[in-house]
Amino acid sequence: MSVNTLAEPSHDTAAGVRVNDFAIRVATVNGTGSQSANQVLLRTLFQMGVTVTGKNLFPSNIAGLPTWFTIRLNPRGYFGSKREYDVLVAFNPETAAEDLDNLAPGGTAVVDVKLKLGGRRADVTIHEVPFGELAAACCPDVKLRKLVANMVYVGVLAHQLGLEAEEVERAIGRQFAAKSKAVELNVAAVRAGREWAASHLPPEGRFRAARVPGRSEKILIEGNAAAAYGAIFGGASVVAWYPITPSSSFAEALIEHAPGLRTDPATGKATYAIVQAEDELAALGMVLGAGWAGARALTATSGPGISLMAEFAGLGYFTEIPAVVIDVQRVGPSTGMPTRTSQGDVLSLAYLSHGDTQHPLLFPAGPREYFADVVAALDAAAVLQTPVFVAADLDLGMNFWMDDPFDYPPGPIAHGKVLSAEDLGKLGGFSRYLDIDGDGIGYRTVPGTPHPKAAYFLRGSGHTEQATYSERGDDYEKLMARLKRKVESNLHLLPAPIVESVPGAEVGVIAYGTSHWATVEARDRLAAAGTPSSYLRVRSWPFAPAVREFVAAHERVYVVEQNRDGQLAQLLQIHAPDLASRVRSVAHCDGLPLTVEAVEEGIAQREGSA
Amino acid sequence: MASTPEAGPKVNRIGLPIAEYKGGKSTLCGGCGHDVITNALVRACYEVGLEPERVAKFSGIGCSSKTPAYFLNRAHGFNGVHGRMPSVVTGAALANKGLVCVGVSGDGDTASIGMGQFIHLVRRNVPVVYVVENNGVYGLTKGQFSATADVGSRLKTGVLNDLPAVDLCGLGIELGCSFVARSFAGDVKQLTEILKAALAHRGTAFVDVISPCVTFNNHPGSTKSYDYAKDHEAPVHSIEFIPFFEHPMIEQVPGEVIEVEMYDGSKVRFRPVEAEYDPRDRHGAWHHLSEANAKGEILTGILFLDPAKPDFDSLVNLADTPLAQLADAQLRPPREALDAINASLR
Repeated sequence: MSVNTLAEPSHDTAAGVRVNDFAIRVATVNGTGSQSANQVLLRTLFQMGVTVTGKNLFPSNIAGLPTWFTIRLNPRGYFGSKREYDVLVAFNPETAAEDLDNLAPGGTAVVDVKLKLGGRRADVTIHEVPFGELAAACCPDVKLRKLVANMVYVGVLAHQLGLEAEEVERAIGRQFAAKSKAVELNVAAVRAGREWAASHLPPEGRFRAARVPGRSEKILIEGNAAAAYGAIFGGASVVAWYPITPSSSFAEALIEHAPGLRTDPATGKATYAIVQAEDELAALGMVLGAGWAGARALTATSGPGISLMAEFAGLGYFTEIPAVVIDVQRVGPSTGMPTRTSQGDVLSLAYLSHGDTQHPLLFPAGPREYFADVVAALDAAAVLQTPVFVAADLDLGMNFWMDDPFDYPPGPIAHGKVLSAEDLGKLGGFSRYLDIDGDGIGYRTVPGTPHPKAAYFLRGSGHTEQATYSERGDDYEKLMARLKRKVESNLHLLPAPIVESVPGAEVGVIAYGTSHWATVEARDRLAAAGTPSSYLRVRSWPFAPAVREFVAAHERVYVVEQNRDGQLAQLLQIHAPDLASRVRSVAHCDGLPLTVEAVEEGIAQREGSA
Repeated sequence: MASTPEAGPKVNRIGLPIAEYKGGKSTLCGGCGHDVITNALVRACYEVGLEPERVAKFSGIGCSSKTPAYFLNRAHGFNGVHGRMPSVVTGAALANKGLVCVGVSGDGDTASIGMGQFIHLVRRNVPVVYVVENNGVYGLTKGQFSATADVGSRLKTGVLNDLPAVDLCGLGIELGCSFVARSFAGDVKQLTEILKAALAHRGTAFVDVISPCVTFNNHPGSTKSYDYAKDHEAPVHSIEFIPFFEHPMIEQVPGEVIEVEMYDGSKVRFRPVEAEYDPRDRHGAWHHLSEANAKGEILTGILFLDPAKPDFDSLVNLADTPLAQLADAQLRPPREALDAINASLR
């Protein structure tokens, strides 16, 4: 995932036809069924083997507000977002004029004839389509017409861009699985749009989608669904959650998929429990109770939930309980913009709670890695006996991504140092917080272990190595030093950074999570313009030694991230204070997926003034 | 272990002396009601012959929440954060359905900061014996009123409480709690029987115990003092707990006695003080409680009991093996399952 392995030859022709290399924006009103139509478009292109990304920009609202869906086709395997779009479907009367104004020169627009926008711009092609009439003709049910009209634009685009009819219909079949009447209706609407376009519109001269052979291994999945599979294959057994955008789809996917994968065939009973908690405090409380009692426990939330979990996070750290928290970050502070993406929780997560803490963070960039990171987090939490956070974001969590297939977890499930009654029989007893092995990690027992010496009393107050109450300063200092050592001397348990060294490059670029995708392309553009750079993608915190080495090896290091204050850059400056002046922040956060242009300009401007 | 069995201490059903149910030395004030409750818990666990290792103890923050360190040293304990014990118990009970969970909280921990979690624990019928050591004040922060203090009650400093009290038993009944009891630290015999019955219940067994704070709330003018509670306690019945392993002498239950069979086969016999009090009648319990509260009486006993209500473990259809003890093969689906998922996403 660090480098793009999908490169394919550009299909640009002398005639200026852009094959598989343009962006489509569909502007609609939310709650009108446009989401299904957009998914069908995305899935059709995916099925044709085209490298494609789909970004849903939606409001915090159920129905009636503007929503945009952007699909980018790219022949070189880039997944980052671009500012411009080349093909527009303007379906929302409220925003249609502005959407049309922002279309790239030379672009193609499909607009409802009723909007009377045909003459608005001379430098783009505007197709006016009688969507109402076409929907009425193929859908006798008045109530369904609004929904069906969306599929008509799919039909128009399918014809104009050259989407394979068979793949469109297959995509509809998947979208409306098992609802044969809906499939029939939508297929008819697509055909109506296609046929109308064939007989009324001139052939599209600039933008074509074409099948790319040899892509059958790729998968297409929403990030949070990938994480849910990660929880299932990571052996999570207790999951507590509280509904919050953009993390709810994680729990919903889990509720959908766990019964088929984690039901005991002999009894029909569940080998897991999923609890919708009363709030995020309770969700993490349940996770800690379960983790302490020997389950593999996990919760998923977003920023406001993280704020509420702070006290319990400190308890988990201080008393050493395995727990996993997935934070699907959205724009904060406060309610912020609940349906917009951000990497603004990084500093909060790193040191969540009052007092000194240090929580391992994992930064997945795509669904395959999100899956693997949830598995890795469950294992790391069990081994380190501490809360571990998976710092995802809305862009990853709620969009559909094309990726390589999931890897089966490479090793056995890690349970960490847990003493059984048999072990205790041999040892004669144990000290819960004693660092016998020199790795900072003590041995634990779980309640219910049938041995008279198994028990210990877990307390959030000061405690000794024997888990007894203590207010002694030396006990406290020793404990806090060990907790720090425990995490920092076991960084091998966390995903390692991925480094791409470019010999001679003075510039180093660091990114993490979804900031990776725009950064990859921005680096290529910068290199083409004369600024080559090395690259390091951070996949976890605390930083591995390679991160410091990377900073030390470059004159100027740009940290690309989606927040205001350059939060990971700050962590890096704390980590390597002697190198702090080399670290420069390219932080950008407007709530939309990071664009290639934002990264390119951010670095280029600072390089210009360097 | 004693080398001469005949000279050894008295032991219970599973061969353990009561000393094996004890905990660390209490650091609470001499005469604290909480210590009485601790001793009653020790005795109840001993008398029903519970394996100490099967018990998991929970608490929040406050004087009451210190007490799990003072009983059952052989049981794991979890002293977490203020007011959040219910969620921790919920997670632990799901992780290991074989545990006998015992939670100790206070009136501040439950009726103020932890009210939300308490309500949802009750709604779920999480299997736990949930004891509130109710003294009407925050002891550990030196004597501020809690939400269970009665209107008109006064602090030692003369400060008058003018806010209505939260009646946790009334709330429990309202929420459909499957076991609601109130007792008094000055009535150890009743308390011990109630705790034994609570340990035999599968679901949330809520036990509110008036537990006077000798330092901050045991003066004239307090409605949570030993003297006030003695004067105003109104037991609704006398309780006899018959554990499943004991056969009662008289099989014929007298007409006025109500017998309820518990989850584990134990029986609880109620001999009503008021002829019509039936602890299986939720509306009746609510009615009696409201009337007693209006009269300033402290109604005690097992006010309501429904042993048949499904507990949370059953509601979520938990596997027979505790989740914490599942083999890896049950926790991780096979490789072919992932291959099929990958194929379905192409």
